[in-house]
Amino acid sequence: MSRAARSVASFLVVIGLVATIWEVVKLLGGEATEGWTPPFQWRIANDLNMPHIWDIAASFAEPAQRNGPPLGLVLADAAVFTLREAFGGFVFGAILGLALAIVFVHSLLLERALVPYVVASQTVPIIAIAPVVVIWLQAGWLSVAVISAYLTFFPVTIAGIRGLRSADPRALELMRSYAASPFDVLRKVRLPAAAPYLFAALKVAATASVVGAIIGELPSGIRDGLGGAILNFNQYYVSGPPKLWAAIIVAAVVGFGFFTVVRVAEALLLRGRMRTSET
Amino acid sequence: MSDAVVSLRGVRKVFGAGSDATNALEKIDLEIPKGAFVSLIGPSGCGKSTLLRLIGDLTQPTAGTIEVNGKSAHRARLDRDYGVVFQSPVLFDWRTVERNVELPLEMSPIGKAARVERARAMLALVELTGFERRYPWQLSGGMQQRVAIARALSFEPAILLMDEPFGALDEMTRERLNIELLRIWQQTGTTIVFVTHSIPEAVFLSTRVVVMSARPGRILDVIGVDLSQPRNDLTREDERYFGFITRVREKLRGRDVGRPSAVEVAAS
Amino acid sequence: MSVRLRYYAPAVGVFLIVLVLWEVTVRALNIQQFLLPRPSAIAAAFAEHFDELMTVGRNTLVEAVGGLAIGGSAALLVAFATARWTTASRALLPFAVAANSIPIIAFAPIMNNWFGILNPLSKMMVVAVLVFFPIMINTLRGLTLVDPASLELMRSYAASERAVFVKVRVPNALPYFFTAVKISATLSLIGAIVAEYFGGAQSVLGQFIITEAAFFRFANAWAAIVVASAVSIAFFLIIVAAERVALPWHRANGGG
Repeated sequence: MSRAARSVASFLVVIGLVATIWEVVKLLGGEATEGWTPPFQWRIANDLNMPHIWDIAASFAEPAQRNGPPLGLVLADAAVFTLREAFGGFVFGAILGLALAIVFVHSLLLERALVPYVVASQTVPIIAIAPVVVIWLQAGWLSVAVISAYLTFFPVTIAGIRGLRSADPRALELMRSYAASPFDVLRKVRLPAAAPYLFAALKVAATASVVGAIIGELPSGIRDGLGGAILNFNQYYVSGPPKLWAAIIVAAVVGFGFFTVVRVAEALLLRGRMRTSET
Repeated sequence: MSDAVVSLRGVRKVFGAGSDATNALEKIDLEIPKGAFVSLIGPSGCGKSTLLRLIGDLTQPTAGTIEVNGKSAHRARLDRDYGVVFQSPVLFDWRTVERNVELPLEMSPIGKAARVERARAMLALVELTGFERRYPWQLSGGMQQRVAIARALSFEPAILLMDEPFGALDEMTRERLNIELLRIWQQTGTTIVFVTHSIPEAVFLSTRVVVMSARPGRILDVIGVDLSQPRNDLTREDERYFGFITRVREKLRGRDVGRPSAVEVAAS
Repeated sequence: MSVRLRYYAPAVGVFLIVLVLWEVTVRALNIQQFLLPRPSAIAAAFAEHFDELMTVGRNTLVEAVGGLAIGGSAALLVAFATARWTTASRALLPFAVAANSIPIIAFAPIMNNWFGILNPLSKMMVVAVLVFFPIMINTLRGLTLVDPASLELMRSYAASERAVFVKVRVPNALPYFFTAVKISATLSLIGAIVAEYFGGAQSVLGQFIITEAAFFRFANAWAAIVVASAVSIAFFLIIVAAERVALPWHRANGGG
């Protein structure tokens, strides 16, 4: 079996495993049905807290609201909506991160002065900054993308610094012997050296951008995206537990999907190069 | 030769299978007497490291038998009959020098006090007293190798297997460590099997030099080196020393050279 | 000593310059208090609400630390259990990396339902899931990515699997573990605060920030944000200190 096929197969196996364990837990401690009384009574396993797998699956086909379109469609729209914001954040964050890394590698002073704040920026809870950004930029795609970029730029900056610095000193000496301009050095030596590091960071950034987009939607009062969907279905949880779970599954798919796209891009663009650690 | 401590008969080693198979070693018959210092030398890829690992039961032969100390190589490893020193010191960076030397002793029945004392004694043997509490990164390459040697000898094995242990060091440190190794050899009476790339080193250290061919590795000759003991810097200026070096070199090139007039120890 | 001073000077310099510029600009241009209260206003708010800030900060920190403890222990257990079977760990690692790409924060409402919205455990569980993957992945890597020469050395001693595990794999994994815990320290605090957003007890940092922002008392909100950030950094530095103690040899390799 090819590697790709094996990955897909093992993925499906794990999904199947999770689903099985889920239903087994419900079988042991969930609610009674006709013909079967579970030996235990766990609050967590009741139908409200852990809807049956088939109920969750079925809810995709049912309308989200009375007379509305099916949940699957609603969530798909929300996913695309959020993904657009996440992609924006991803691009902004990646560009900002790389730009900062390039600046820092060329100026030790700026690096020493600013890197601590770059690091500290991630200790500020994004959810606290979000309202400020929303007020400043008005609720909308841009404000969420900026919030998403806030989470994305950090791994790219750190990895960029390491990657750009990882260039073989002898290659740099060679370029100096050609009296090459800093721009040439950057383009021909440093950036190619940084590529594996950057891709590792971009995979992390892909996930971070989706998380940032979802979180960014929360204080903005935006209802069209996945963040809004989760809030909505959480609020009306009792009237339809499977819907919240369906929304979470879609969020997971979006996060994982974006991550996989970057991973595939990495495999294509870094074809033939030495692999760094398994991420 | 009944006092052979290591004896290989008809040993073959093949890596891989089918069309990918590589014949690393063929028809190896070798006897190593007790207390000898035997070097294995040959071109790159001739299988000398593989041969060393076969003796140490770190890999198994495809055919043939290996006897160590009257038992199988496997049994000898389980009985801790050998110490091994690799080309890189392989010290654990999270342990101090003395704790590194104690490592093999921790897996033997001796108690803690005896263990600490033995480690200290070994470090004294390699002349690193005073460095017990240091960490490996604080030592030079040569010193790290001495720690590795101390560790290998800590449980007093009958045989010491060394795989190009000084290969990564500079020439001067190498020459110094050669003399130290000979001193340790004489003091402990351990049988040493030593793999090296360097003809002068092989001749300087050994009582016998095993010359191997390119892959598939065979033993071309076993040259007895009867230079007087103890060997030192003066030995390096001895005419006979150069004579042996030439013999080994020519043998490696596939040619025989007229032997020096001294007594010859026949190959077995 | 002066080397270190020179090292930190630019960062400190930037801090002071920004602080001064901030104060001056806001006063001079009369910028709305919305976006950027003056540093002096923030400091005043901090002093005025000190007790409350300490209480909410402590409650949130408890959620973060609790979650880190739960998630970290589970991660260690799983990593240790799977390290022994190479096939299992090789299959598990990529999957865990993939699972880490799921927005964990989406589970916050579920945890509220499962463990009770007012129960701090619901927030701890969000943090636990958040930190589980980085710690598990890194520890597993540390346990399995061992120098083959060390393994060969142990084989020459006819060492048991258990001896190899205790003497080689575990010490090898420690630096990886600490790297993950450092990341998790910051993650745990942010995770707790975001999880609080989905509802729960009121006297926590997240709720404080949101309430104050909702009432346009931005100086208070920023004071709380500063507290959150400071606690996060302090948490991180504590782990760095613990690492120095546990790994006295590691500093030399430029690690940490």
